[in-house]
Amino acid sequence: MNLFHELLFDYTLRNVALGCMILGTVSGVLGSFAVLRRQGLLGDALAHAALPGVCFAFILTGLKTPIALLIGAALSGWIGMLSINQILKRSRIDSGAALGTILTVFFGFGVVLLTVIQKSYAGKQAGLDKFLFGQAAGLVAEQVLTMAILSIIALTVVVLLFKEFKVISFDPEFAQSISIPTHVVANMLSALLLISIVVGLNTVGVVLMSAMLVGPAAAARQWTNSLKKMLLIAASIGTISGLTGALISVLGTKIPTGPVIVIVLSLIVLLSVLFGSARGVVWESLRRRKRRFVEGQR
Amino acid sequence: MNAVEIRDLTVAYDENPVLWDVDLDIPMSTLFAIIGPNGAGKSTLIKAALDLIPRAAGTVRILGKPYREVRKKVGYVPQRGSVDWDFPTDALDVVLMGTYGRLGWIRKPGRAEHELAMHCLETVGMADFAHRQISQLSGGQQQRVFLARALAQEAELYFMDEPFAGVDATTERAIIDVLRELRAKGKTVVAVHHDLESAPTYFDRVALLNVRMIATGDFETAFTQENLVKTYGGRIAVLAK
Repeated sequence: MNLFHELLFDYTLRNVALGCMILGTVSGVLGSFAVLRRQGLLGDALAHAALPGVCFAFILTGLKTPIALLIGAALSGWIGMLSINQILKRSRIDSGAALGTILTVFFGFGVVLLTVIQKSYAGKQAGLDKFLFGQAAGLVAEQVLTMAILSIIALTVVVLLFKEFKVISFDPEFAQSISIPTHVVANMLSALLLISIVVGLNTVGVVLMSAMLVGPAAAARQWTNSLKKMLLIAASIGTISGLTGALISVLGTKIPTGPVIVIVLSLIVLLSVLFGSARGVVWESLRRRKRRFVEGQR
Repeated sequence: MNAVEIRDLTVAYDENPVLWDVDLDIPMSTLFAIIGPNGAGKSTLIKAALDLIPRAAGTVRILGKPYREVRKKVGYVPQRGSVDWDFPTDALDVVLMGTYGRLGWIRKPGRAEHELAMHCLETVGMADFAHRQISQLSGGQQQRVFLARALAQEAELYFMDEPFAGVDATTERAIIDVLRELRAKGKTVVAVHHDLESAPTYFDRVALLNVRMIATGDFETAFTQENLVKTYGGRIAVLAK
């Protein structure tokens, strides 16, 4: 009861919990599409590619205007994605190598910029490196509101274009044949993925972001064979991990929130892989053993 | 008017021609087989006709018009192996995708679409499997789901990429029944086909393809031993009479 009261009325705790839950919801949904389209690593690459944009935005605006940093992140993530697409289109490098290259080049560049900033803007920049691992404890109401608005926009688009997203994820060629512009719709999905990464920037940071995208999706797939349910379950798992992680880190010892969320999430993934009702490893091996037993009886 | 008219079609991947200067006329209300060895460009021909891949040269007219103007009258059955059957969805949901083209953006399939999809599943003998997760279907059942999805498109002309590949006898019979029913309704079916033995009984007309068009027409005139040797080279074991 006391905890519930604090959750509602304690300013810091409320912001942290809300922020982490919003992130969990939106990353669960968009991450599911990424995983189903076998682009789990794209989220990781785009998140890392966002770092130089954040740094440039800081250098240009000089202030830590939250919006400018987010726009910078989105722009450089987008440039990262275009670069990946161009590499795939024009060279014979495969997608794994293309993602890895862009991820490391952008991230390396971002870390260099971060160092430059820290040397030349000493003191003033305190906390800019929090984009590496996030700092949910420092979330203010204004940031949470921005996160909420971005997430509502992203989720609304998913609801409206659910059938288009589904068909291009399952059978892009068929989708193209019935005049759904597969490339346009795929780019929209990537743009939404980028939005969810921007939402997570303050909370878990660029390094751990991919866990928020891949984890809920991987866990949810174990519990259902329906896309709609998978999205709902992934959103719930993301939300619960966000909330639990936030509570543990704020109320318990002073562990940073992002890593705690990721640990909670990983536990859920592990349990789901073992016991998930649709394809849990434990049930499948029991079934196999039972079949072998029945066959042995004959 | 022909259902399909292809003129001087050339398609290349990385500058290697996959199809070279192909002409093809497919009359209305026929079951038409495209036959040739692996790498002959059979799938490529279908994909080029559907604007799925760019053409280096040539024109394609479908029902007398460019493809983009008649998209809603064309159904497509891709190769079964082209999708991930582990995708979280059931048979009915896949068949419903056949109605998406008509529905247009944002609109969701309603009761009419569900009834149509169920009807299409019945037509291919899969009504009992409507809510089965697609990874739990056999290869033949998956192929019938794909066929049902194309039926849900309610098209005039169907392109099918190897509809008989790796299917069981039940499925083969179910598919050929559906194809004949389509022809009886005046529809046209263009299918990539592998089995030389069954081709003359299943289909009305044939095109023998190996990068270039070797021969096309009815089986009497086009499906000759000489043309088959030209198409397959010396590697042909089963020959038509």
